[in-house]
Amino acid sequence: MTSLLAIEDLGADGIREVLRLADSFVEVSERAIPRVPALRGRTVATVFFEDSTRTRLSFETAAKRLSADTMTFSVSTSSVNKGESLRDTVETVAAMGIDAMIVRHRSAGVPWQVSRWIDASIINAGDGWHEHPTQALLDCYTVRQALGLDDPFPGLRVAIVGDIKHSRVARSNVAAFSALGARVTLVAPPTLLPPSLEGWPVEVSYDLDAVLAETDVVYLLRIQAERMNEALFPTLREYSALYGMTRERAGRLCASALIMHPGPMNRGVEIAAEVTALPNSLITRQVTNGVAVRMAVLFRLLGAPEASEALVAHA
Amino acid sequence: MPELFLAGGTVLDATGSRRAHVRVIDGLVVETGEGIGAGAGAQVLDASGGVVCPGLVDLHTHLRQPGNEEAETVESGSRAGALGGYTALVAMPNTDPPIDSAAVVRQILELGRASLCEVAVAGAITVGRAGERLAPLAEMAEMGVRLFTDDGAGVQDGRLMRRALEYALPLGVTLAQHCEDAALAAGSVMNEGEWSSRLGLPGQPAEAEELMVMRDIALARMTGGRLHFLHLSTAGSVAMVGAAKAQGLAITAEATPHHLALTESCLSGYDPNFKVNPPLRTDRDRAAVRRGLADGIIDAIATDHAPHTQEAKEMPLDQAPPGMVGLETALAVAHTELCAGEGPLMPLADLVAAMTWRPAAIAGLHARHGGPIEAGRPANLCVFDPTARWRVDPEAMASRSRNSPFRGRELTGRIRHTIRAGQPVVIDGQAQR
Amino acid sequence: MAERERLLTPPLGGVFVARAQVMTAEDVSRATTRIAHEVAERNHGLDDLVLVGLQTGGVPLARRVADALDTANAQSVPVGSLDVAFYRDDIGLRPVLPEAVTNIPWDLTGLTVVLVDDVFFTGRTVRAALNALADHGRARAVQLAVMVDRGHRELPIRPDFVGKNLPTRRDEMVDVSESGVMLGDVVVK
Repeated sequence: MTSLLAIEDLGADGIREVLRLADSFVEVSERAIPRVPALRGRTVATVFFEDSTRTRLSFETAAKRLSADTMTFSVSTSSVNKGESLRDTVETVAAMGIDAMIVRHRSAGVPWQVSRWIDASIINAGDGWHEHPTQALLDCYTVRQALGLDDPFPGLRVAIVGDIKHSRVARSNVAAFSALGARVTLVAPPTLLPPSLEGWPVEVSYDLDAVLAETDVVYLLRIQAERMNEALFPTLREYSALYGMTRERAGRLCASALIMHPGPMNRGVEIAAEVTALPNSLITRQVTNGVAVRMAVLFRLLGAPEASEALVAHA
Repeated sequence: MPELFLAGGTVLDATGSRRAHVRVIDGLVVETGEGIGAGAGAQVLDASGGVVCPGLVDLHTHLRQPGNEEAETVESGSRAGALGGYTALVAMPNTDPPIDSAAVVRQILELGRASLCEVAVAGAITVGRAGERLAPLAEMAEMGVRLFTDDGAGVQDGRLMRRALEYALPLGVTLAQHCEDAALAAGSVMNEGEWSSRLGLPGQPAEAEELMVMRDIALARMTGGRLHFLHLSTAGSVAMVGAAKAQGLAITAEATPHHLALTESCLSGYDPNFKVNPPLRTDRDRAAVRRGLADGIIDAIATDHAPHTQEAKEMPLDQAPPGMVGLETALAVAHTELCAGEGPLMPLADLVAAMTWRPAAIAGLHARHGGPIEAGRPANLCVFDPTARWRVDPEAMASRSRNSPFRGRELTGRIRHTIRAGQPVVIDGQAQR
Repeated sequence: MAERERLLTPPLGGVFVARAQVMTAEDVSRATTRIAHEVAERNHGLDDLVLVGLQTGGVPLARRVADALDTANAQSVPVGSLDVAFYRDDIGLRPVLPEAVTNIPWDLTGLTVVLVDDVFFTGRTVRAALNALADHGRARAVQLAVMVDRGHRELPIRPDFVGKNLPTRRDEMVDVSESGVMLGDVVVK
């Protein structure tokens, strides 16, 4: 596997491999010198057409801790604004000699298009509404870490709440959690669900309160205010009343239930401020684990030195 | 010009099918038959093993000139058409400036004078195709325009569409509609459904097309106007048109080769070459469109040849313009999907009808195109080889653009020669100029 | 040791087929005890000394050396484990994943580290281990204990404490366990 564009590229075994690898990188990250030479001499370019300081830094830190060289391209400083095409931009970066490109774009499918143009390994850091595989991996890792078991997923009840329709985090998480054997329920008003759930391994509920008591993990998605203008729901207040994780709702979860959010949060909308600080909230740990999980992904994709020569030798 | 002799083919036209040679002198067919011989000095073209039929007529081509010559011109588009067996093209009016006045009609007719296909012009229904005011339909009809459409978009305002149908009644013309409810389709990139949900892309539901089909059938009934539906793509649309025709309404319809061949799953690799309006739909829709063509509910195959530059089609999927080139592959694709192989869906004669005399009638070009291959009629002919297998290579195409969804596909059926007004413009698959 | 791990794990997925037993269980036990004595002797006691077993073969051996040291000296020696997956330099089709998480919970500065592995072959695993140890502090000294030295070293590294010197062919394989040392071949599908 040379690229990670979607969770299905990994399969259940691949996901588990990444999670176990991440354990080792958590250990590395806790050392006084949190660095290993595994990707020394490799170059990793982060090419973000959509702003996201947090995810970009997480990837760059991961690459640096593996001793790789990094190259950063972000849209505000780029020539894309001068009319340079997507293909030209990507080929220019690749021409500088890179081993991997981490791509984020507001249009779904861009990583697939890019992978047809350049030779490097591609990691999808978020493409439109479609997928954000490393987010799902770090979410699975955080659950595994919190429950203290190597494989806590079979039968685990996960509820993903919010704007599923426009959420790449939701799509990747549905793929990842269900591949590992968890039972996923989507909770949203009908207008925020995809037009068709044919083939999705999920159950659906429009009623968050009905689902709360039987959930092991509640995963809250950010609701964007702009969606109000598309007649998807009338007001944030009404959304929050029906689907917000209030202090009161958090109280009705089972004692062992976990609360998650990919960030950034709209406090007071999909999640109450006090809930983020509860002991069963994993939100901070999700961020921390991002680096180790991304190190695991980079190592898995690039960690076989001179692999192409080995291919020739074995042929 | 020397006599032209098409030797040894099977002539297929509206009168039937027969083994016959064809003699062409001074732009006209002079005789056909098995026992005839070529005159002295005649240019002989081998039609053995091939089908000699009327030159194909495309109701729906985007020649991009004026305004987007980088993607295509009247000249390059006509060459592409000729290589695809076409002798007549109806140029769509979404050019820049749009074809909404006599002046632009004249400009395009002028550009088409020297081209390899006869270029007829479709005028816009509304000024600027903006959907607000009627364009000067009579003025354009005076210049020979027989088909009017705002294609690229549908006329959203029901009252305006009604007025257009009424106003067009005495002009002997046909209004053609690109059925797409702009509000329901807003922001869409593909068909809405299982695939768009999986791929995380905004889609337009079948209803975006069907609501306008429903409305326009009602308006056609109300006004008695003649209406042609462009590129039908859904099972619901086909059913409604079938019912309307059964009631005797003056309605015709076309479908594209790509809607006969492909479905929404083609978008799985996010390749903008599969992005088109109306979008590729479900298996069920495709089956209904094929059935509709076989049953005659859909009268004609029209390419909706929509060239776009490579840069345009390399943009992210949601930004890339919709459209596919199709002139050079239309007959081959339709033949491969519908007539070749085991269990063909329709006889070859019906396919030829759908690409020659029926679109010629709808376009008002039947005096010169699509007609029976017999003495006295203009020689606009096509010779194609129904068994030839070839692989689609967009780099080898005559069109200026390369956005074909059939890249790399193996097709059965290939144009051998195209004769335009008695002149061989394509010989053995090569354009002669 | 690393080469063996690489051959035995997917996608190569080889299987070890034993041909001869070169050390019995008792031989291994006696050698373990002797190594323990040598470690204590060379270092004039066990103060400021830690054992670090190399994944995977060295880890149980380090444990047994520690037990032997404890028995002989009534002093408990800390034992850690090190996986060198992130420090390797070998060529492969896929990265070799760590067998287990490294566990070196102390700052090694000023300590004597005795690396323990089951088989010493080319020396590359130990080189990688030395690099890894450097990231945990500046050890006062690093020494190497192995049960079997099978020859064919490719780097100027040699063990300080050896259970048995065993000349082998390059393509042979050595398997060390509590029940003895076997010489054989790896059959790769």
